[in-house]
Amino acid sequence: MPNRASNFFKNIVHSEEFEEYLQLFPNNIGAAGYDPWGFNIKGIKNTYIFGKFLYEKFFRVEAFGLENIPKEGRVLVVPNHSGQLPLDGVLAGYAMLTNPYSPRIPKAMVERFFPTVPFVGNWLGSVGSVVGDPYNCQKLLEKDEAIIVFPEGVRGSGKLFKDRYKLQRFGNGFMHLAMKHEAPIVPVGIVGCEESIISFADIKPLAKLLGIPYFPLALPIILPTKVYIHFGRPLHFENDIYHEREVKMRVNIIKKEINDLIELGLSKRKSIF
Amino acid sequence: MESNKKKIMVTGAAGALAQKVINRLKRDYKVIAVDFRTKIDLGIPVESYKVDFNKRIFEDVFRDHQFDGVIHLGRISASESNRFTRYNANVMGTKKLLDLCKKYNVPRVLVLSTYFVYGASPFNPSLLDEKTPIKAADLTMDLVDSVELDNLANIYMYKHPELNISILRPCNVAGPGVKNTFSKLLASKSAPVLWGFSPLMQFIHIDDMRDAICLAFEKNIPGLYNVAPSDYIGFQDAVRQSNCRFIQIPSIPPSLTEAISKFLKMETLPPFLLNFYRYPVIIDGSLFAKTFGFQPKKSLEDIFNYYKEVK
Repeated sequence: MPNRASNFFKNIVHSEEFEEYLQLFPNNIGAAGYDPWGFNIKGIKNTYIFGKFLYEKFFRVEAFGLENIPKEGRVLVVPNHSGQLPLDGVLAGYAMLTNPYSPRIPKAMVERFFPTVPFVGNWLGSVGSVVGDPYNCQKLLEKDEAIIVFPEGVRGSGKLFKDRYKLQRFGNGFMHLAMKHEAPIVPVGIVGCEESIISFADIKPLAKLLGIPYFPLALPIILPTKVYIHFGRPLHFENDIYHEREVKMRVNIIKKEINDLIELGLSKRKSIF
Repeated sequence: MESNKKKIMVTGAAGALAQKVINRLKRDYKVIAVDFRTKIDLGIPVESYKVDFNKRIFEDVFRDHQFDGVIHLGRISASESNRFTRYNANVMGTKKLLDLCKKYNVPRVLVLSTYFVYGASPFNPSLLDEKTPIKAADLTMDLVDSVELDNLANIYMYKHPELNISILRPCNVAGPGVKNTFSKLLASKSAPVLWGFSPLMQFIHIDDMRDAICLAFEKNIPGLYNVAPSDYIGFQDAVRQSNCRFIQIPSIPPSLTEAISKFLKMETLPPFLLNFYRYPVIIDGSLFAKTFGFQPKKSLEDIFNYYKEVK
């Protein structure tokens, strides 16, 4: 018990240091401590302790290729998506925040229904989540932010256990934005989150009734799987094509990169836990 | 000397913002103050009228004065009247005013709209600029008059460029004398907040808004402009910093919140604005700031300190 208490207080002290650490980042924050998307120092400071626990203790994350994230300027970080809850986003975000090569506070594009959920919407906004709208993404890129985008959207986060590590259809929006705003794309392969919440079925009528994208028939626990995150090399695409089918081809290049990074993660993994 | 001054009409003269604008401009202009609610005494040299824009007698004001400009700040807010009266006053009244401006060759018109026209939707992206479609009418019928007024001004702006219309859509105007919903809320001892929601908000001090109006009117660069500072605060933080006690209102299901709002009939929690207590409507004021070199002087802290002191 004393040990537990001392660890708790260590975390609090750490979080104060962390506040100073956060001041190092330019994040378009106004005098009241908020940026235009609701991100605020208080919010991320409180969540940092939770993120640290998830990252270091619960999922024991090993991250590779962190040197590939540009030190500054606009960038789209594009991982695979899974796990019913956006835990993969939290872990990728934490890895970027504590990146020893070039720490960044990323913004993460989230499903549109989150702002309608009391507490959750506010909390997500306060730690840097942004409604997944191309307009938001465009404004963020104009302000040279680092953005985590999941092009699979709810198709990825809501997929069933049997479909693990099968990339779902990617939207083209992120590629259009990357080309238009000359933003590099960093592909990311995340291994481990796909088994953290095991879903056997999607109860669609219940999801419809509750106004949420899916309702998983899942084990009511989060499993402490071991997570591997591989950040790939940044890819640049010129804004020089006109047809949607050509955009799709470029999206498929990213998809293949992510698949390769997932394979790399799976080859490193000795056990799910 | 007085007769050499340009002559301007300022509507909504009974409101705090209009009075600040009049006081700022009366030195350089001959100001005619107009309001449909009351005839106000702003002292010499401001001439004042109480007149309904929809009555024929309103045209006499234009017949008696050749205006060099009109600043249209008068609008009945939703808390002041019913939907029908508001529509007549705000929409039909504005149409009459703009028609008279055209008929009497007024070369400069400024119309005050509101950021409410964007509507509080959970899907709103942040930093809505002037090209963003306005959706408030989709979300609540009680803001139809605000949307129509804004649309009307836009139509006249393009159809009658000789009027040189500028339309300003400010964020929440706050400070001494302001009687809009959020200002009344911050001035009250106890403020309603929806459980689990603290939408990001923007506030502009009434003095800064006065400056913005005067600047836009005098610089005469017609167009549609959002007016807001680049500073933001969570609603519950704003309430806390204004020293209000929280009245927690259940937020789910939304129908329960609406029923509570209708039952309580609180001025500071009107049913048609409930979504503004849930979802952020953050506007991008950079076009106005850049075009007019505008920078608000008062901070959010100044605004909340005022509300703290009035308690």
